[in-house]
Amino acid sequence: MEGNGYPRRTVLRAAALGAAASTLPLVNVHGQSSGGRLALGLWDHWVPAGNDAMRKIVTEWGQKNRVEIQLDFITSVGNKNLLTIAAESQARQGHDMLSFPTWEVHAKQDLLEPVDDIMGRLSQKYGALNPIVEYLAKVEGKWRAVPAISGSQNKPALGRIDLLKQHGGLDIQAMYPANTTTGTGAKEWTWDAFLKAAEGCHKAGFPFGLAVGQFTDATDWIGSMFRSFGAELVNSKGDITAKTDNVRAALEYAKKLCAFIPSDVFSWDDASNNRALISGKSALIFNPPSAWAVAKRDAPQVAEHCWTFPSPAGSAGRFTPYLPYFWGIWSFSRNKGAAKALVEYLSEREQAEAMVAASNGYDIPPFTSMTDFKTWETEGPPTGVVYNYPVKPHHQAQQFIACYPAPPEIAVQMYNQGIQAKMIARVVQNNETPDRAIAWAEREMEGFKRG
Amino acid sequence: MSQGTLIASAPPAVAPRGGLRRLARRNSTIAFLLTLPLILLILGLVVYPFLYALYLSTLNKRMTRFIGLENFTFLFTRETFWNVVFQSVLFAVSAVVLKALIGFILAHVLHALPSKGQRKWRGMLLVPWVVPPAISTLAWWWLFDPSYSAFNWALMGIGVDPVPWLGQSGWARFSVILVNVWYGSPFFMIMYLAALKSVPDQLYEAAAIDGATGWQKLRHVTFPMMRNIISITVLFSLIVTFANFDIVRILTNGGPQDTTHVFATYAFQVGIQSGDIPLGASVSLFMFPLLAVFAIFTLRGVNKRSKEMA
Repeated sequence: MEGNGYPRRTVLRAAALGAAASTLPLVNVHGQSSGGRLALGLWDHWVPAGNDAMRKIVTEWGQKNRVEIQLDFITSVGNKNLLTIAAESQARQGHDMLSFPTWEVHAKQDLLEPVDDIMGRLSQKYGALNPIVEYLAKVEGKWRAVPAISGSQNKPALGRIDLLKQHGGLDIQAMYPANTTTGTGAKEWTWDAFLKAAEGCHKAGFPFGLAVGQFTDATDWIGSMFRSFGAELVNSKGDITAKTDNVRAALEYAKKLCAFIPSDVFSWDDASNNRALISGKSALIFNPPSAWAVAKRDAPQVAEHCWTFPSPAGSAGRFTPYLPYFWGIWSFSRNKGAAKALVEYLSEREQAEAMVAASNGYDIPPFTSMTDFKTWETEGPPTGVVYNYPVKPHHQAQQFIACYPAPPEIAVQMYNQGIQAKMIARVVQNNETPDRAIAWAEREMEGFKRG
Repeated sequence: MSQGTLIASAPPAVAPRGGLRRLARRNSTIAFLLTLPLILLILGLVVYPFLYALYLSTLNKRMTRFIGLENFTFLFTRETFWNVVFQSVLFAVSAVVLKALIGFILAHVLHALPSKGQRKWRGMLLVPWVVPPAISTLAWWWLFDPSYSAFNWALMGIGVDPVPWLGQSGWARFSVILVNVWYGSPFFMIMYLAALKSVPDQLYEAAAIDGATGWQKLRHVTFPMMRNIISITVLFSLIVTFANFDIVRILTNGGPQDTTHVFATYAFQVGIQSGDIPLGASVSLFMFPLLAVFAIFTLRGVNKRSKEMA
C-alpha cells in the first residue's frame, strides 16, 4: 500500500459509499412518483399539433397518477417505427408501450401483453368496433393491442368539387352533403360511374391521381377496389382463391381505368398523389385529409374546392380503405399496470375527441360511436370538407384493409409486396392476360404461406 | 547468504517489468494496440452482426425453431428472388464497370491538366462522392419525378416525349445504375489519379525513347503499374455496390414489378416490412459467397503481382 497514501479500509469505505450513492437517483424516482416510470414510443404524427396534443394528454395523466413519463415520438418515415419494434423485440427491452402499425401486432403477438380487460371495458362503454381492428389485433381469441386513435386513418375519395362537376358529371357535395343523409347520385356511385368520371376528367386534362406502385396508398385503394368486385386472392383459411371471375373482372376493370390515369402511376409513392391534387393537376385521389390540409396552407384556391366522400361501390359492396395503428404493451414491460391504465385513458371519448381536433380530423377512432365529433363537421374551407371522412352508417360502407380476410401472416406479405398492384402492372404494362397475372400471383402467394 | 538470497530473488521482480518493456517496444505490439480500436469496431459492427445474421437465417419465420438451411432452399424456389439475383448482378457489375471506366478517363484528364487548374477540377469532381447519398439521391428523385421531372421538362422543351424514368422496368434499371455511377465515379477517379501520380516519369521517358505511341504507353506502362490499384478499387466498389440500399430504396422502392430490387432492399422488404426476419437475413447473406469468391481471386492476383514486383 506504500506509495499511494490510501489505506485499504479507506478505499473499501469509499467504494461502499459510492455504491450506496449510485442507488440514490432510483430511490428518488420512486419517492417522487409512486406509480413508477413509463417509457412510451408513440407515432410521430404527420400533423405537428398532433404530437403537442398527445404530449399534453399523456403529461397530465402522468402528473395525476404520479407516473414519471418518458415520451418519444417515433416517425414512420423510413420505417423507423418498424426498426424500433424489431430492435426492441430482439433485445427484449426498450419502451413499455409502443405504437404498432397495421400488421405488427400479429407479427409480435408472442411478446405483447393481452389487453382483453381494457377492450372489454371499452367495448362496454363505447359499443361496436370495426371488424378490421379485430382481425388485426385479436389473436386466438385474445386482444394483443388496443386500436389507437392517433395515426389511424381512412383513405376515402378526396375530390375537386368543381372539376368533378364540370368534367366528371358528379356533384359530390350533393351526393354526400355534410349531414347524415345522402343525395342524388349517391346510390349510383359505383366503379362504373367512377370510370366514366375518370374518362371525363382525363380528357379535360385533370386525370385522377391513383398510384399503382408498391406504396401503401396504392395498395389500399386497389385492395378496396378488388374487394368491392368480390375479388379475394386468399381466403380466411389461407387457401389461394385467385383464379375466379371476380379477380379477372377486377383486373379487366383496372386495365380500363389505367387508360385514363397518368402513365407514370406505377412509380408513384405516397406523396405523388397528394402533389397531384395540391398542384391542381388532378380531380380526385384516395387519401386522408392531410392532402387537403397541406393544400389549405400552400394552395388555398385548391383546398376550398376539395371534398371528402366515400369510395365507389362494386357488386360486393362499398369498402373504404382503412389503416389503423395500435397501442401495444410489451410483455417484458416493467410497468404493465401503468401502461394499461394509460392506454385505456387514451382510448376514452374525451381524449379521442381532443386528438381528432388537434389533428384537424385526421385521426380515426375505432368505435362507430366516436364518428360524430364536431371537428369533422366544422373543419374547412369548405365547411364540412371532412364530414364524410369517418365511415358513417348512411354511407353504407365498411372500413377495409387490403388483403383481408387472408390470415394476417400471409396478408402482411401480400400487402407489403403490393401483390394486387403488381398484378395490375403486369396486365397494363406487360400486356399480360388476367389469367397469366393470376398464375404469377398464385406462385408468389404459395411462397407467402410458409410458416 | 542474505546477499545470495537477494540476488536469487531479484530476477522475478525485474523480469516482468523488462519483459513488458520489451513487449511494448516491439513493433508488432504497437501495431496491434494501434489497430485495436478498429479491430473492436469490426468485431462489434461486422463480425457479430454477420454471425447473428447467420444464426437468424437458420430459424423459422417466428424465430422459434431451428430449420437449418430451409430458408435458403426456399429462396431458390422463388421467381422473385432470382429476379433480385439477376438485378443485383446487373446493377453491381454494370455500375462498377462504368464507374471504373469513367474514373479512369477522368483521372487521365485531370493528370494531364496543369497542377493549378487540377486542384480546382479535382475538388469539383469529388462533390458527388462527398454529398451523403441519401440527400443526393433525393435530388435525383426530383429530377426523375414521375409528374414533375426536370429532365422531362427539358426533353419536352426540345419536342421529345417524356421518359418514364422510374415507371418502366428498363428505364428504372437505367436510372438506378446512372445514379450509382454518378455517385461512385469520383472514388475511382481519385484512386486512379493517386496511382497515376506514383508511376515514375522515367518509365514514360524510356518508352518514348523506344518510340512508343500514347496507346502503347497506356497499355504497357500505365496499365501494368495500376493493375493492383484497379483490382482493389473494383473489389471495394463491387462490395459496396452489391450491398447498396439507399439509391434503390429512395428512387424506386424496388419497383416497378420488383425489377430494380437488389439484395439489401429485398431483404428489408421481406425481413423488416413483412415480418420475416430470418428470410430477410438469408437474402442479405446470399451476396456473401458471391463476393467472397470474387474477393479471393482478386486478392490472390494482387498478392501475386506484389510478390513479382518485389
